[in-house]
Amino acid sequence: MTKVLTDARSIRIKGRSFLAVVLSPDMPLDHWLARLDDLAARSAGFFLDRPVVLDVSDLQIDKVVLKELLEQLAERNVRIMGVEGARPSMLGPGMPPAMKGGKAASDFEVPEKPVVEPEAEATEVEASEAEVGDARSNLPVVAEVRPVTQSLVISEPVRSGQSVMFPEGDVTIVGSVSSGAEVIAGGSVHIYGALRGRVMAGSLGNASARIFCRKLEAELVAIDGIYKMAEDMDPELRGQAVQLWLENDVIMAETLN
Amino acid sequence: MGKVIVVTSGKGGVGKTTSTAALGAALAQRGDKVVVVDFDVGLRNLDLVMGAERRVVYDLVNVIQGDAKLPQALIRDKRLENLFLLPASQTRDKDALTAEGVERVMGDLKKYFDWIICDSPAGIERGATLAMRHADMAVVVTNPEVSSVRDSDRIIGLLDSKTLKAENGERMEKHLLLTRYDVNRAERGDMLKVDDVLEILSIPLLGIIPESMDVLRASNIGAPVTLADAKSLPAQAYFDASRRLAGEALPVTIPGEKRGIFGKFFGRKAA
Repeated sequence: MTKVLTDARSIRIKGRSFLAVVLSPDMPLDHWLARLDDLAARSAGFFLDRPVVLDVSDLQIDKVVLKELLEQLAERNVRIMGVEGARPSMLGPGMPPAMKGGKAASDFEVPEKPVVEPEAEATEVEASEAEVGDARSNLPVVAEVRPVTQSLVISEPVRSGQSVMFPEGDVTIVGSVSSGAEVIAGGSVHIYGALRGRVMAGSLGNASARIFCRKLEAELVAIDGIYKMAEDMDPELRGQAVQLWLENDVIMAETLN
Repeated sequence: MGKVIVVTSGKGGVGKTTSTAALGAALAQRGDKVVVVDFDVGLRNLDLVMGAERRVVYDLVNVIQGDAKLPQALIRDKRLENLFLLPASQTRDKDALTAEGVERVMGDLKKYFDWIICDSPAGIERGATLAMRHADMAVVVTNPEVSSVRDSDRIIGLLDSKTLKAENGERMEKHLLLTRYDVNRAERGDMLKVDDVLEILSIPLLGIIPESMDVLRASNIGAPVTLADAKSLPAQAYFDASRRLAGEALPVTIPGEKRGIFGKFFGRKAA
């Protein structure tokens, strides 16, 4: 029997990026595991519900050892969603898939020592500093990557129906943003033209992001998820060069003159 | 090789078909070989405005599907021997158009004609995207009111992303044709002013066509306004626009205004 496709729609396949914790073990593995246990003891549940990628590019191990390592991690409730830097011969059925093309993001903060009593803190400064230094050298080696501030410059008008998305940083538009267009930026948004559409700045939770425009006629502006519609804006500001920022979760605005 | 122009707007009823016919007839009166192509499959109108509705045998869809040869479907205008019409099918819908078929027909037309003027359907779906896809140049028809301006803005965005020219990294030449313009209403504030529209759309102005009964009268007798009454204000404005299309540098004036004073103002083109 032939199958009849009644639904003409095709399957939608989308790309999406997530932030994962990357663990880079070093040799010997039992020492590394001991240090991992130490870390888990200080910060219970750190790996719980977190996607974890295992980076084995610096390890000279084979499939059997890798399988063992994965089992050891599973025992510690660390669930590995993928393995980075593995040779194809190291992976097999029942193991997490190979991952590549990862981009460095800001490092995860791991509590470095058990929380001390507040009154004890002042007297123990020196001691605790030494401890911190010690703990640091014991932590898994994570390559320190300084996040690079990025910016996007668009030198033509953003037309109705177009959407500019740039979670990585600031967006500068030399031209207007039309009614029905939108600009979403992780950082600030600068518009050297009229803003008639919608702008969302600081979209990934950056409350210090700002919006600047030469002529404010926006449908909607938002900073760090706090938004303001056209009708909530001071009519005096309409048509003016304006900057908008966030103060105590309230969008503030003033003319640029 | 001929030049392919798409007449488009996004919004319906702004004057795409009227403008296609008027510009086609104006260019043909200069002595160029012109074909006007109706892409509005299922809702064709260009045949009526051209006065050829009773002479349609084969249409664009027949040619695309190989049921007819291109010369069989082309209808020669009765008044101008170098003006032709390629009608759309009224009984089919836009899905009958294929990208490859349209490309082949456009390629063939380019060999025989100086100008291929494509009358786009309203909207941003298949019919409209196929009409603009192979164009060398776009005429964006806009009325001086906000919804038409916003739809035109949307279409300009598509012209810059969904056409072959854009995909090859080239820039699509776009021109604004402001139709149904009424000087008095614009001055009273009932309509957007020319400068407001230019500021929003920021593309060069091809011409301003005044709101006029002559346009309606011409389509009722089945003739492009540039053929029905060449002396009328809208016809004059279309003639000027066609000269600009052909590359002449001609200052844009607001029809119905005294020439000279405003020519100074609107002689400049928007960025």
